[in-house]
Amino acid sequence: MANFLDTTVDDLIGNFEFLGDWEERFAYLIELGKKLPPLDESEMVEDNRVHGCQAAVWLKMLPASDSTFDIHADSDAFIVKGLIAVLLMIYNGKTAEQILADDGTATFAKLGLDRHLSPTRRNGLHSMVSRIKALAAASVAQPA
Amino acid sequence: MNPPAETANLAKRDESVDWTALRDDFPILRETVNGHPLVYLDNAASSQKPHQVIDAVRRYYEHDNANVHRGIHELSNRATEAYEGARQRVADYLNAGSREEIIFTRGTTEGLNLVANTWALDNLREGDTILLTEMEHHSNLVPWQILANRIGAKLDFIEITGDDGQLDLQWLDEQLARARLLSLTHISNTMGTVNPVAEICARARAAGVVTVVDAAQSAGHAPVDVQAIDCDFLAFSGHKTCGPTGIGVLYGRRELLEAMPPYQGGGEMILKVEYRYSTFNVAPHKFEAGTPNVAGAVGLHAALDYLDAIGREAIFEHDQRLAKRACERLAEIDGIRIFGPAEGRSGVVSFVLPDAHALDLATMADQKGVALRAGHHCNQPLLAKLGVAATARASFYFYNTEAEVDRFIEVLHGVRKIFV
Repeated sequence: MANFLDTTVDDLIGNFEFLGDWEERFAYLIELGKKLPPLDESEMVEDNRVHGCQAAVWLKMLPASDSTFDIHADSDAFIVKGLIAVLLMIYNGKTAEQILADDGTATFAKLGLDRHLSPTRRNGLHSMVSRIKALAAASVAQPA
Repeated sequence: MNPPAETANLAKRDESVDWTALRDDFPILRETVNGHPLVYLDNAASSQKPHQVIDAVRRYYEHDNANVHRGIHELSNRATEAYEGARQRVADYLNAGSREEIIFTRGTTEGLNLVANTWALDNLREGDTILLTEMEHHSNLVPWQILANRIGAKLDFIEITGDDGQLDLQWLDEQLARARLLSLTHISNTMGTVNPVAEICARARAAGVVTVVDAAQSAGHAPVDVQAIDCDFLAFSGHKTCGPTGIGVLYGRRELLEAMPPYQGGGEMILKVEYRYSTFNVAPHKFEAGTPNVAGAVGLHAALDYLDAIGREAIFEHDQRLAKRACERLAEIDGIRIFGPAEGRSGVVSFVLPDAHALDLATMADQKGVALRAGHHCNQPLLAKLGVAATARASFYFYNTEAEVDRFIEVLHGVRKIFV
């Protein structure tokens, strides 16, 4: 699960640089989104819903045996699914401490997402990062 | 179909206007976006401004700016004349009985909130019913929800018939018999439906129901005559009618305005103030606390002059012609859902593609310079009723062209290839 896309953050940054313009980069994000494993419909419930996104987003985190987390998330829009894929490259398979230590902004800046996403989409991305960190923080506060 | 609320003096027709030449009046239409010429199809959210409006605002700030009313000096007199002149212009534009029936607001939303917090708060009681429609913008829904919760009033809704976006009026008289206030939109911001507001307001009047019309989507696009509609209140926004942001209008029938309590307290709206007691100015000033948006009113004046020089009937016909062309081309796409009436719609076209989410479509269209809107359009209950999470919306105005409709369709087909 951790490497379902076989793409690392560094691969992603390289691919973004290779693609000439944002139209192609968005198309690439859409392709990444298409590869994102869907959430089961039973998991698309209010408890897993991330608000603050224009599109519908559901996100859950499951602790793995080695104190890392498996993140599962889905959306009804493909570009958002692509952004979820980017978040998985950053946060999936990491420990709570690692998750809490990285707010993603360095990666978003390298990808240019900080400048090229609309303000509404940036807010949505931030909402997803906040949810991932909140779930990680909750697990540290109350170890299972 | 005839435009809503015909007026005889605006007879200029679509074919007599050189629409392409008007584009030169709009500096922003020369922008490029992501390397492509801007195709601005988000007019239902906000219109662009001709240089006549921009110049009027600039001229006001360069030559006339001061605070209005009660000033003794020259600039204050000029500012007051500009502000009150704009009020008269709005009264003429809406064919109101007098300029005392025109209240300047920040926009449609504030106008509707003003009615909810003055006339309605003063006159409605626990158990009374406020009648709305299922197609109202949140601005014409949430203020009534807040009021209803405060006073224990009930909300009732005129239903829509389905994707064609028509109001189901078969129960209207029964619904009106139970209601004390009806607030409805003239033109749907999501579906482009043109509601028969004059007929509905006449039936409401016969039932003794006070009427409020949300003219946000109609005031800049079609003739709007408050005496022909015969409503009690009507609100619109400057920024959707080629005017500046932050200025809007509430029309109110004089008898009602005079009996209503003030809205907000402050300067301008008072006659005499003592430490524990004040008496209030007459309408419209008692509803305009604080220094008003004088520059906005000046810009709105210029915008209304501009629209009437073109002719609102002609604008409405032009909007309809572009929307019809867009709908015909969209209908060629298998599995598409187009919302709103097949005939007689305004320049608003909402749709859902079978393969691409509206947000993805709008993002990819933006890469080609085409500005669409995607989402719930401040119509969440309506979209829930239609069973969709989001729609894409193209909304046309008089400066849009057939070539832009075709470009929009071409871009749409290009974007779809990414998703299928």
